Amino acid sequence: MTDRDEPHETTAADGAADAATDGGTTAAGSTAADEATEPPERADDGAISAPTTGAEAVVAALEAAGVDTAFGVQGGAIMPVYDALYGSSVGHVTMAHEQGAAHAADAYGVVAGEPGVCMATSGPGATNLVTGIADADMDSDAMLALTGQVPTEFVGNDAFQETDTVGVTTPITKHNYFAGDADEVGETVGEAFALSSVGRPGPTLVDLPKDVTLGDTDREVGAPEAPAGTEPVPEANEEYVAAAAEAIEAAERPLCLFGGGVIKGGASAEARRFARELGIPVTTTMPGIGSFPEDDDLCLSWAGMHGTGYANMAISHTDCLIAVGTRFDDRLTGGIETFAPDAEVIHVDIDPAEISKNVHADYPLVGDAATVLDQLTAAVSEAPDAADWRDQCTAWREEYPMTYATPDDEPLKPQFVVEAFDEATDDDTIVTTGVGQHQMWAAQFWTYTEPRTWVSSHGLGTMGYGLPAAVGARVAADNAGDEDRDVVCFDGDGSFLMTLQELSVAVRENLDITVAVLNNEYIGMVRQWQDAFFEGRHMASEYGWMPEFDKLAEAFGAKGIAVDDYGEVADAVTEALEYDGPAVIDFHVDPQENVYPMVPSGGDNAQFALTEDQL
Amino acid sequence: MSGDENASADGETPETDGGEAVPDVGMPGPEPDERTSPQGRRNSQGIRIDPEVEAEHEPRRAVISAIVDDEPGVLSRVAGLVSRRQFNIESLTVGPTTVENHSRITMVVEEPDPGITQIERQMAKLKPVVSVGEIREDAVRTELVLLKVRGEEPEKVHAVTEMYDGETLDAGPRTITVQLTGDESRIDDALDAYRQFGIIEIARTGQTALARGDTPTAPGEKPGTAGEPTQPDTTTHR
Repeated sequence: MTDRDEPHETTAADGAADAATDGGTTAAGSTAADEATEPPERADDGAISAPTTGAEAVVAALEAAGVDTAFGVQGGAIMPVYDALYGSSVGHVTMAHEQGAAHAADAYGVVAGEPGVCMATSGPGATNLVTGIADADMDSDAMLALTGQVPTEFVGNDAFQETDTVGVTTPITKHNYFAGDADEVGETVGEAFALSSVGRPGPTLVDLPKDVTLGDTDREVGAPEAPAGTEPVPEANEEYVAAAAEAIEAAERPLCLFGGGVIKGGASAEARRFARELGIPVTTTMPGIGSFPEDDDLCLSWAGMHGTGYANMAISHTDCLIAVGTRFDDRLTGGIETFAPDAEVIHVDIDPAEISKNVHADYPLVGDAATVLDQLTAAVSEAPDAADWRDQCTAWREEYPMTYATPDDEPLKPQFVVEAFDEATDDDTIVTTGVGQHQMWAAQFWTYTEPRTWVSSHGLGTMGYGLPAAVGARVAADNAGDEDRDVVCFDGDGSFLMTLQELSVAVRENLDITVAVLNNEYIGMVRQWQDAFFEGRHMASEYGWMPEFDKLAEAFGAKGIAVDDYGEVADAVTEALEYDGPAVIDFHVDPQENVYPMVPSGGDNAQFALTEDQL
Repeated sequence: MSGDENASADGETPETDGGEAVPDVGMPGPEPDERTSPQGRRNSQGIRIDPEVEAEHEPRRAVISAIVDDEPGVLSRVAGLVSRRQFNIESLTVGPTTVENHSRITMVVEEPDPGITQIERQMAKLKPVVSVGEIREDAVRTELVLLKVRGEEPEKVHAVTEMYDGETLDAGPRTITVQLTGDESRIDDALDAYRQFGIIEIARTGQTALARGDTPTAPGEKPGTAGEPTQPDTTTHR
């Protein structure tokens, strides 16, 4: 690996060697004898200047799109594409599992603000990506997946490692492509890349049959272009804007609800200006965390099932809800009958299909979040008279403080760990999580102030998202020159066990991440629900035995620390953050701790429970 | 978020907040029945309603016409969308148009108004869908049906076929196969009339439809300009 033009992370060749020797599910499946190709001609920067094969056209398209890093796993049908990556300006991080590749690419995209790229071979490689693609789809994250496929003549014959990848991923992609020809594959990959971020973002996929990637072409590949007619109009209808502005002026209890679309649309600055100029209190959705600083007096943090009491009181009592870039997920709304029932709804979204899908929009404003927020700010001539309402929101904040008890005779509380990390790190720290109780505590007890610092699995709720996401987030920060930014992954013991093999990647690539396992030896959220709704029968949620994660981390070559008591927390946090490389702290936290407030599924947001007997 | 002094990460067991008493389990604050409650309500479709009146949109039948790129898998993309979002679909037909590489999909659905709007908007997001919209009530709609009846009474069968302007496609000693076209209710009436002979098999195409006069069938279509591609409609949902 010394004769490369440019040293880069891990290249295709490393992965190829792994795949050929480990005989795993995605190991090389076909003979390479007839596949040997000459290395492509490259410009000074390593970019392929004139592709001669479909695979080179694929890589040339990634280069033309400015892709810095792809995440993937080698395998038989994708080998030609990996071979074309050899020496390319596109870096590659070989992941332990394709699911990890998809999550890493997803998180990379969240942090970098441009589509992440993941790669896998056909069959099991492609199906292992599915969870990560579905996750990106539910959270509207821009991502491009490239999958190998058996040669076209074998497609439909149940060939070795064949799966109908286009069929399997149609419901979970924005669009997917079956590459039919070496001349067009470069353009297709560019189109898929561009399409994933145009308008409402989402994952796209290109399935690459091996004969197409090995096939000859002399077609040059240009910059990525989204298909005609997909570029949305950024401005909302002026009449609707004017009507919405009047509604805002007349409102007595106005409230902003900023969703993930505010962050994806790069509209955090516009959102802050809008709310502050008009003095309108703000709630966010979970994906919208970071769109508005949580330490601002106007901010009530996030609403929904485990949102703050004050956010849920405000969203239940508002008479004018200005919702931006949110799809009104059931975890936010609770029962639709009782959601913001007194509110006229102004709904700003880039996707017309979200208008009145779950909650009727009285003022539908279809357009780009930043543009429409500026339109609204300009259209409102007089700020609403909301002083009493702001006082009410403040009163609710005092009535329902986000706090927790720390009795002497009970084990370490997980919330304390989250707060300790928040205190020890800067505002630009990136937090990733798995899914479950730990995710809720990480969202509740950390004060987020900047967009693209909260990286989590919201819509799909994928346990195991946190660690591979930390890998992707770290690479994105490093690529941007932000080596000093901290990346902290809060994980649960159950979540961590699902993808912890990605620690091998973090160690190999020397990625500076810190994993805080809030270990309660339970699938804690399920245990909490079992206590509340299933008379405490802990079926399949109780482990009773957990590996020693600190020792496991050491075995991977990472730093491992175990923490049991309050007094050990601060030092362990400092030690892990200062360690240059991946560190894992196994926090043995109170197994009985529950997440509150809580709105039961389909419940009334204003009736959130603060204790189990209120459920 | 909490900003309490118990966030200090230096001590042994941290002190809890001095002001509000923090319960050992859960969080402090007024209980649900001590809180003010909003007065309003929404129906299950997310529309604000008078709490005294449970008004919901009733399902109705709508014909949706779409121009799509004629590429592999387009029918499965449309059908998959409709099924996974649980839209109630009565029939779906597909065929070529005046423009090369474009097909027309005509779909009959039975949904409340918000559902019909959702189908249109979700379909519009599919990349191969060039244009989509509901056809007005007065559109020309027709359906073709083939049916095979017992051949014991050929004269009577023929008379019914004449009455409904049908066509006999095959007549044998045991079976007679006829073709009928027309709108749905007319075909339903005809089938009732044939029932006396004993219907053996039926194949129905489902409705296909065109808007009347100069009205475009799918938004952006230009009737009378055969061969010119449909312009993607960017104003539909604005």
